[in-house]
Amino acid sequence: MTAKRELLDLLLENARYSTEDLARMTDLSEAEVVSTIETLEDEGIIRGYQAVVDWHRVKEEHIRAEVELNVTLDRETGYDDIADRLGRFPEVTTLQLVSGDYDFHLEVEGDSLQEVSNFISEKVAPTPEITQTVTHYVMETYKDRGIEFEDGHGDDRLSISP
Amino acid sequence: MNPSERVQRVPPSGIRKFFELAEEQDDVISLGVGEPDFSAPWAARDAAIDSLERGRTSYTANRGMADLRGAIAEHVAERYDLQYDPDDEILVTTGVSEGVDVAMRALVDPGDAVAVPEPSYISYAPGVIFADGDPLPVPTREADEFKLTYEQLAESGAADAEALIFCYPNNPTGAVMTESELEPVAEFVREHDLTVLADEIYADLTYGHDHTSIATLPGMRERTVVFNGFSKAYAMTGLRLGYALAPPEGIAAMNRVHQYSMLSAPTTAQHAALEALHSCDDAVDEMVATYDRRRKLVLSRFDEMGIDCFEAKGAFYVFPKAPGGDAEAFAEDLLEAQGVAVVPGDAFGEGGEGHLRVSYATGTKDLKEAMDRIEAFL
Repeated sequence: MTAKRELLDLLLENARYSTEDLARMTDLSEAEVVSTIETLEDEGIIRGYQAVVDWHRVKEEHIRAEVELNVTLDRETGYDDIADRLGRFPEVTTLQLVSGDYDFHLEVEGDSLQEVSNFISEKVAPTPEITQTVTHYVMETYKDRGIEFEDGHGDDRLSISP
Repeated sequence: MNPSERVQRVPPSGIRKFFELAEEQDDVISLGVGEPDFSAPWAARDAAIDSLERGRTSYTANRGMADLRGAIAEHVAERYDLQYDPDDEILVTTGVSEGVDVAMRALVDPGDAVAVPEPSYISYAPGVIFADGDPLPVPTREADEFKLTYEQLAESGAADAEALIFCYPNNPTGAVMTESELEPVAEFVREHDLTVLADEIYADLTYGHDHTSIATLPGMRERTVVFNGFSKAYAMTGLRLGYALAPPEGIAAMNRVHQYSMLSAPTTAQHAALEALHSCDDAVDEMVATYDRRRKLVLSRFDEMGIDCFEAKGAFYVFPKAPGGDAEAFAEDLLEAQGVAVVPGDAFGEGGEGHLRVSYATGTKDLKEAMDRIEAFL
């Protein structure tokens, strides 16, 4: 495994591992950890760092919707043009062109059901190239970006074993 | 009711005492566990569930399902260069523990000495006693990186022993032995006509090099029983499935004990194991990579704390020297003061005195927290 890949795996596990701990867990020095991460950032491989939040535990309302979009293209407008337009909205947290029954997959987040609904009906749906939107509101999140949200069953192993 | 003399000869387990101490306390992070913190790979679990749904709840052949024995033969040939005939050289057992037990009872006569390197897995010496044999401790030393040497075997009187049991990668030290380090041991064994019981349950958990089985050395196959299983590498401790590899006469003798005691290993677990061999290599590789990162973390933290700890390269244990020298007192005080459970090394025999067994088969977050607490305790 390359040093880059090993660091990526560790940062995916926990982006807040200190460089000290990352060095301890790999065969790299702290300086090498720092420079490799800088390279990963410079090359655009690491695009950012975010917390994975369990919004159910936050007392404020938070709504997330998965939206399927179908579009029609013309000579003047390509997928990238549509993506460029949609991606500018801060409400859109994820935007992907996908294969299958629909064209774009969007994740939209907002503080209320009304806010998200309005955004989709007033900002997304009127886009001329969009022919259909199907919105799925997220009711429960069990796992997000590799992190499981349930508390788990704890460690039920014997505390001392042979 | 009067317990047998055999049973009375076996002292209470040193691990048991610490288990009870740890159970009494809240908020304990345990580095005392000798089993993976992962669950068995899903494919293996699915195969177990499927076998139950299909109603496969009968005994299997005494020696284990034929297709499982076939898969084991292929696996050990490919991975460890061990060639065994699935028809009469493989016995599927209820964990390596049962395999070692039936081997002792099948191959040891009353009064036979069995050389047991120390520190070692806690069940070997009692197993010898239950077979009416006499355990002969062979200390291994930190100066030799807890590896078994020709000299230690000779000094301990192992020349007169009937058998030698040992375990590399080692529980509790994490020590491994390379082919060139095993050769003098093999030489001693051949010179003195010993039978070898090689517990290789941690064979897949090595870091930075491949495992060598002593049975692959010249003249060793005919005098060695190799034990391996699914508990550690496949995180299947609770499914209790192991196997023994030996020449036909050894397996036949062991099977005679096995068929009258266990009859056959658990059927559900055999189906899980078959699937594990077929499709779980990637899961094993991932677990090994994770253990390796934790191993480096722990070794590095001990080094920074100034705790003397040689570089363990196998299993999922490190075996540092207890600061102050009294491992039992250190472990008790650490548990009481900081809620971190480690096992004093003398629980694994006299060779472990003054050391601590620290398992890194626990989540990285807890492991880091435990190391912080140990540092705070010092």
